[in-house]
Amino acid sequence: MSKSDIPLKPVWMLVNGEAHERLVEPRLLLSDFLRRDLNLTGTHVGCEHGVCGACTVIVDGDSVRSCLMLAVSANGCEVRTVESMGTTEQLSPLQEAFREHHGLQCGFCTPGMLATCADALQKYSLDTDEEIRDALSGNLCRCTGYQGIVEAVRVCVTGRNALRDAAKDGSRKEQKR
Amino acid sequence: MKPVAFDYCCPDSVEEALEALASHEDAKLMAGGQSLMPMLNFRVVKPTLIVDIGKLIELDYLRELDDGGLSVGALTRHRVMETSNVVTRRFPIIPETMQNVAHLAIRNRGTIGGSISHADPAAELPMMMRLLDATIVVRSVEGERSIAAGDFFIAPLTTALAENEMVVRIDLPGLPIGMGWCFQEFARRAGDFALAAVGVLLDVQDGIISEARVAMMGVADTPIRRHDAEAVLVGKSLTDDVIAATVAAACDSLEPSRDLHASPDFRRHLASVLTARVLRTAWGRATGVCHEQV
Repeated sequence: MSKSDIPLKPVWMLVNGEAHERLVEPRLLLSDFLRRDLNLTGTHVGCEHGVCGACTVIVDGDSVRSCLMLAVSANGCEVRTVESMGTTEQLSPLQEAFREHHGLQCGFCTPGMLATCADALQKYSLDTDEEIRDALSGNLCRCTGYQGIVEAVRVCVTGRNALRDAAKDGSRKEQKR
Repeated sequence: MKPVAFDYCCPDSVEEALEALASHEDAKLMAGGQSLMPMLNFRVVKPTLIVDIGKLIELDYLRELDDGGLSVGALTRHRVMETSNVVTRRFPIIPETMQNVAHLAIRNRGTIGGSISHADPAAELPMMMRLLDATIVVRSVEGERSIAAGDFFIAPLTTALAENEMVVRIDLPGLPIGMGWCFQEFARRAGDFALAAVGVLLDVQDGIISEARVAMMGVADTPIRRHDAEAVLVGKSLTDDVIAATVAAACDSLEPSRDLHASPDFRRHLASVLTARVLRTAWGRATGVCHEQV
């Protein structure tokens, strides 16, 4: 089948809170759609077959490899990329932890690492460094900056747990009243 | 663009999907896409049409069966099999196994129907199908049929599915209450395909094994059951001698292939060590007694 025989498909997506509508070739990957059609080049593309994790983004609340999803399959989905996480002036808490603990060197893997860590923080207890390393195992960092990344996640786990405990205490006090 | 040019449809019903699948000679079904997308990106697979069944919510369900089993819709994501309470209650071995399936981002998307249709010889869910004696229900425009897991996996990436058929449901028959279970695998890194993996189920009555199942993956062209090893276990208590005899029955005749990742001897060795380990743990879970390792 030659390229010209195939009709373009409409795709609608909410990306970082903004609605986008485009006509795309069915074979276009979500990663290339984000980078080329929407110019959101914060999402990095490494291996392009689901091994390196660099292109990980959040689709409908779950971490997803954007090189393993067609743009047309994300029709109607809510997508969040690193561009939505914080600004240069105001980093997100996770980004701030990465900066503080030297969780990046060249930064190529960082957008995918952040998406993976954000999802792991909402889904796993991550009580031990082993669990954190397990959660990170699908993301490759060629500067071998894993130690700093593990430390950054550990700090976020502590912060998350403190917030959860505070929320629990709050609701208990609420019940007593 | 990495994949070849293909047409695309995203049907709203199983019937529509089956018609689309039958309409093109080189149509391919895509559910979560976690195995198919890399093959498309490498142009190993060159379909003319992708039938995206990723939004067929009618296939995304878990239904409890009266015999203690479960009906699992083909679009059930790995993440659900990893975390669902009903799966944990009825088949505790499944969540234990699912933690070994790739990485969180893959488990968020991957589906049970996709994994068993892809039939990688080192994938966890095909092996679970063999261990749990699953029945795989498939449908085409011509109708529905059921295939026993033992007849479903034929060769690497090859199943009993016809070109125009899709998996719609997996029926897992219930297990005896209190059955001991264990799954362990060896992979070079967390989330990699296993070099070898072993799963066992042991039903123990009054200190005697009344039913045993042993399944393996990564050591043959398809996931396999080790019926000779199961026969060794039944009617006995788990002693060191029984473990040694079971390991021999399960592993001595294995003929794993040689590839970049491991030699046949290494894979056989891994299978032996894992078999002994999972037997001890499953026994402990069935009896509440830790098996003393001598």
